[in-house]
Parts: sequence; structure tokens; C-alpha cells
Amino acid sequence: MIVADQKSLKEILAMVKDNKKILIVGCKGCVTVCNVGGLKEVEILASIMKIARKKQGNDIDIDIKVLERQCDNEYVAEISDIINDYEAVISLACGVGPQFLSEMYKEKIIYPGLNTTFFGGATEHGVWEERCAGCGSCAIHDFAGLCPIARCAKSLMNGPCGGSSDGVCEINKDTVCIWDTIVQKKIKAGQLEDLIGVKGLKNWRTARDGGPRRSIREELVQGNI
Amino acid sequence: MSDLKSGSNLEKVLKAGHFAFTGECGPPKGADVEHLKEKFQYLKGNVDAVNVTDNQTAVVRMSSLAASKLMIDEGLEPNFQMVTRDRNRLAIMSDILGAYALGIRNMLCLSGDHQTFGNNPQAKNVHDIDSMQLIALVKKMRDEEKFMNDEDIDVAPKMFIGAACNPFADPYEYRVYRLANKIEAGADFIQTQCIFNMDKFRDFMKKAVDMGLHKKCYILAGVTPMKNAGMANFMSKFVPGMDIPASIIKRLKGVDKKNQAEEGIKFALEQVEEFKEMKGVAGVHMMAIEWEHMVPEIAERAKVLPRPVV
Repeated sequence: MIVADQKSLKEILAMVKDNKKILIVGCKGCVTVCNVGGLKEVEILASIMKIARKKQGNDIDIDIKVLERQCDNEYVAEISDIINDYEAVISLACGVGPQFLSEMYKEKIIYPGLNTTFFGGATEHGVWEERCAGCGSCAIHDFAGLCPIARCAKSLMNGPCGGSSDGVCEINKDTVCIWDTIVQKKIKAGQLEDLIGVKGLKNWRTARDGGPRRSIREELVQGNI
Repeated sequence: MSDLKSGSNLEKVLKAGHFAFTGECGPPKGADVEHLKEKFQYLKGNVDAVNVTDNQTAVVRMSSLAASKLMIDEGLEPNFQMVTRDRNRLAIMSDILGAYALGIRNMLCLSGDHQTFGNNPQAKNVHDIDSMQLIALVKKMRDEEKFMNDEDIDVAPKMFIGAACNPFADPYEYRVYRLANKIEAGADFIQTQCIFNMDKFRDFMKKAVDMGLHKKCYILAGVTPMKNAGMANFMSKFVPGMDIPASIIKRLKGVDKKNQAEEGIKFALEQVEEFKEMKGVAGVHMMAIEWEHMVPEIAERAKVLPRPVV
């Protein structure tokens, strides 16, 4: 899923400092699962913002709404009849949400309430880790099912580099050296020969480097499915 | 000359079977050419080629390409270091052509220290290609006279291709295979990470020799003389991939502070003597970090002077 962190209250308050009436819009997708943009988080943010503004002697009127998803115009349209009641909107969704809102409600000021961080998953309660870089041409089967593009600090395709020590990456003792893991897994499976030889240059055109990407499914576009 | 890949002095020395002795020089954090020239003088005539580091430890310095050219102008042979951290394939190929046009004939292909270590941790890291692919790229440009996209090069850069090897990083059991991969990619010579753990290096070289890697590539053993016990301690704790046995730190601490530098040099000289005899080792890469003025004395005492003229 897409993982995100909530922006600091200070940063959010600074964004809406001139607004008196706002709407906070949550999302029931990924950000609900990673506990930053669901109903609970939207309610808490509204509440602490009101308290903070009251303390400043500058009350703010805040309503809330949680959409099924903010990355789908069908759901984004659900606030079309109320959005004009507000000066601005804070979106608690990944970076896709506030853009879908901005594109549909062109006159409205839409603030991002989250920092979108990565594609990943929870490794333990309250801890999420990156797994995918969205490069557009998955090759994890060449690397014992693990992605060095997303998980090696240098995205090495022929690692590990000289900074790998005791299974840990040189950049941070909390970061696993994914190349160490790949090699150990291959050794254990008796498949070290898979790591003999040079992997050629990656074609980055399918990644963000080729420009903003678009995915078209003709059968859906034509309404056949 | 025809059977030489680049015609560099380092290549000729190694090919002639001499025990190579290379040095290292870090460009300044500024454009102080005079200071750089002063450092060159300590190295001139005492080493076969000098590595010119490329924004080492991810700290911005004068470009290794420019410093290499300044070195050529002073009559020394550079080993131009290039990291893939800061350049994509366009910039890499362009710089290789530029380097060759300026007279550079040796290149050391590296991925580079991650930028979080340096003084611009906010920077975007490039890593379009990795060090292994860089080796293959330089080889393709030299031997096939083609760019990576298979377009022809009019005058191809003929480089003597170097790569690094750190036998002390993990996973140890894979390191010799990684070295083999670098040789397969096209490395003509290897310079190892600074060696302090001699037991481990002896074992590593035995594995490399058993695989016949020393016959396919010249392996130069990395040596860094310690200035004092504090430096050994610091490198042990903070420099990634360093393996400094406690016995070395103890040995340095065992002498008066004023004699620690001499003790560090003595250990380095003992290492050089052993490397001269060690099967598979074709030379020594002496990394006297910010201690270039000691190189003449070290080279003299290591009995590697005069350097061969080939």
C-alpha cells in the first residue's frame, strides 16, 4: 500500500492560518490502514486544530468527511454539494487525493495534510517499511524475491557494496543491507551461481525517469469489461 | 604498444611484471591549485600512478577530472576515480570522453559513499548505473568503440580499467565472487580497501588465487599507514567497511603518543614486505590520507624506489 505520515500540527496550522472555515477530508484507502488518514485521525486532527486556534484567540470552524477513496473521481464527487461551504480543504490522503480534489474543484484551495512516503507494508505493529520503488519493470525474481532498487540505498543491481556489515547497511544501523539478505538467501538455497555474472544497465524509461506515467487498459476504456 | 589496452604507465609497469606502487591524492575543498601542486610533488617519482578521489566521503571537492588534468600537467599519471552516485549514464560517458581527451588513461570505477555521509545529505542520489555496470561500460567504450546504446564512437577512450574490492565487508563468503564479477565485467586491475586484518586478507587472497583471479587481473593491496591510535579508533568505528583488529589499536597505543606515527608506518612497511611475497598480489596501493608528504619516506623505506621506467 501507499504509506504516509501526517504533517506536523504546526505546519498544518500555518497552511490554514488565514482560513476560518475548512473541511478535512479523510480516505478509507491505504492511509486508513496505515493510521494517518482514516475517520479516527480526521476527528483527532479537527479537534486539536480547533483547540490550538481557540488558544490563539482565532477560532476556526472545521467539518469532516471521509471518502471511500480520494483516488477515484466517483468518490471525490461526493463532496461537490458541500465544498463551496468551505474556504479550503485539508486532504488526509496520499499525494494523489489532494490532486484529484484540486482537479475536480478548480477554484478551491486544497492543502495536503500528509507526507506520502513510500510503497510498503507493516513489518510490526506501528512500523512500516518500504518495499517497492514503482520502477515499472519488476525483476525481483532475479534477486531472490527482494528488490534492490527500492531497498538498497544505492539501488545497486550488482551488490553488495563495500559498506555492508553484519547484514546492516552503511547508511544507518536500522537499515537492513538487502544485498546481504539476497546473498544469504541464495547461499541457503544452493543457488549462489545466480549471482555470478553481471546484470546489465536498467532501462529507467518505465520508471518516473521516463516522465509522468499513464496506464491504459483498452478493454476497460472500450467498456468491454 | 599494440597489445596494451591503454598504454598507461601503470599498465606498462604491471604488464612488465614489476611490483606496482600507487598513491592517492584528494583534491582540495576549493580551487587551491598551488596546494594541490605541492601535494603532487611528494608523489612524483615515488609512485606509478596516483588515484584522484571523486568527492570522497560524499564531501564536495574539486572535480577529480580537473584535478587529474592538473596532475598530468605536473608530470604525474592520474588514476581518475569516478563514482556513479553523482552522474547518470550521459554524464558518465561524456566525462570518460573528456577524461581521455585530456590525457587520462587510468580509471577507477566506484559507486561512491552514500551522500548521507557527506556535507550535502539533502542531495538526490543518481545511481542510474552501479560500479559493476560502469566497469562494463568503460570496457565497451574501449574495446567495442561503442557507447552503451551501441552507437559508434569516433575516437574511443582507451582506459586501463580499475575497480575496488573490499574483502572485509559482508557477506564475506560472497566477496571473492563479487571480485570475479568485476573482473568479468572488465576490470584490468583491482585496488583493495585498506587492509588491517592480515589474517582475513591472506584467506581472501588464497580464495582468489584458487579461482585463478590473479591471472585475469592485477590485484593491488590497499595500505593506509595510521597516524596514531586515535585515527585507528575513528576509522574502526566510523568508516564503513573497515576491519581494524583490536591488536592493531593495542599496538599503536602501546607506544608513546609521539611515536605512534612511526609505529603506524612500521606496520604499513611490514604489510608491504608481506604483500611483495604474497601470491596473487601485483602491487600496493598506498593511501597516505592527507599525509602525502610522508610518501617519499614510506616509498624509500618500503624499498620500492626507484620506480621502474617502462
